[in-house]
Amino acid sequence: MKMKKIEAIIRPDVFPEVRRALALEGIDGLSVTEIAGCGRQEGRTGLFRGNAYEMEFSAKLKLEMVVEERLVEPIVEAILEYASTGEVGDGKIFILPLDEAIRIRTKERGAIAVY
Amino acid sequence: MEAVQSSVDMMWMMVGAILVFFMHAGFAMVEAGFTRSKNTVNILMKNLLTLSIGALLYFIAGFAIMFGPSAFGLIGTEGFALLGREDIGFFVFQAVFAATCATIISGAVAERMKLSSYLVLVIAMTGVIYPIVGHWVWGGGWLSELGFIDFAGSTVVHLTGAVGALIAAWLIGPRIGKYNNKIVNVIPGHSIPLGTLGVLILWLGWFGFNGASTLAADTELVPMIIANTLLAASAAVVSTAIYTKFRYKRMDASLTLNGALSGLVGITAGGANVSLIGSIVIGLIAGVIMTESIRFLDVKARIDDPVGAISVHGVGGIWGTLAVGLFDTTNGTLYGGGFEILGVQAVGIIAVIAWTSLTVGGSLMAIRLFNPLRVSKVEETMGLDYSEHGTAAYEMQDVLKGATPPRSGDFAERLTQLGKSVQTR
Repeated sequence: MKMKKIEAIIRPDVFPEVRRALALEGIDGLSVTEIAGCGRQEGRTGLFRGNAYEMEFSAKLKLEMVVEERLVEPIVEAILEYASTGEVGDGKIFILPLDEAIRIRTKERGAIAVY
Repeated sequence: MEAVQSSVDMMWMMVGAILVFFMHAGFAMVEAGFTRSKNTVNILMKNLLTLSIGALLYFIAGFAIMFGPSAFGLIGTEGFALLGREDIGFFVFQAVFAATCATIISGAVAERMKLSSYLVLVIAMTGVIYPIVGHWVWGGGWLSELGFIDFAGSTVVHLTGAVGALIAAWLIGPRIGKYNNKIVNVIPGHSIPLGTLGVLILWLGWFGFNGASTLAADTELVPMIIANTLLAASAAVVSTAIYTKFRYKRMDASLTLNGALSGLVGITAGGANVSLIGSIVIGLIAGVIMTESIRFLDVKARIDDPVGAISVHGVGGIWGTLAVGLFDTTNGTLYGGGFEILGVQAVGIIAVIAWTSLTVGGSLMAIRLFNPLRVSKVEETMGLDYSEHGTAAYEMQDVLKGATPPRSGDFAERLTQLGKSVQTR
């Protein structure tokens, strides 16, 4: 069974709803990282001791999950539904091919290792 | 000999004032620790400004209203800006108390109340609302005539602040994400170490709050009061720890921290009137009712109080005030003195709740006509640190989120210059 890795970069404040939607799609495992990134979104202007400064990088969350190929579309749909606010800075979704998945405890390989 | 005595008395009162001042460091740390990191700068600024505005307002109006010659036992009328007063040391001691009362509100409205509206409320609180309560009880007003006992301010300071906190938290509503339909969400604070530091600083400061409320270096009373303060808080910590262990299966750290404060609030009214054993019993009970009160407000009443201020200072304050009626060693109910003190204590509590809720409610309604009480949804989600102050308490990664050149020029060039400030105003 073919597997894919989905990486989604989203706004931190939409995470609770995205998380709930992913659970409903049957995702029981994912990794989340706090990241800072830049792209098309304008940086914010900060203020420190009277001096304004540009904060180029915006705080985002990176979600990573490995799923069977047939689940990719429903998951993408779920993320799009809850992570999209229509404003610049909603983030990106990347879908990558995956060679192998191995569960360390049981040494199982393949799709069984991620469920 | 008399000169020495009055010098020592003044010294003790000033030490007390300085300790109470330091309690604001404690409030700032507790409130910062029990809330999310994106609102830390804001809560620290609220605390710092409350203290400073409080001192100024109390100088201009509060002290006169509280301790000026009484009109009908309701309000003081002379001594505005300390005109004609010579007891400056007493003013300092009372001014830091006034600020303590107001700062209780900032914890309950944390993470969502607009700074400007909050500060207007602080002005009303320290300039008028608190001083009138203080006048009733400590300034020769009608409650003191009745025989109401509130040694260092379970009611005057803590209940008044907590009622303000309750009304404000109720009017502005819960934080976004606290309640979704039937679900009560947990919004954990970001630093238990800061919260613990804050509680211990408050505890230290409380030795001055209670101990120096004698206003004199009394060789019998002061050690007694400080011992009562120590024992009540310790008992409350132990009872909260044990109670949460049974109630929630594990010992709840942040509730146990609140427990210390509930014991301190509880012994504040009766510090000079109860025995050492009495203070332990007061503390033991304070921890348990505070824990249940937090549960009730959070789940049943659905009033979002991020730091537990309403339960600690309000419920703890009511309990402490009533406890004087029970545990007073000369006339308390448990010492065969009947229910007279208890009744007077209850009258005082009801009067203070009524006055404070009406005036704080009225003030907030009036403020709302000119300025929103809470920040916008976008600002709240982003965090008040950025929306109100344009900065953050902790940068996720200083290099990435810190100063960078303006958005012009080559991207690669900009990346190489990260960390350099460019724009000045």
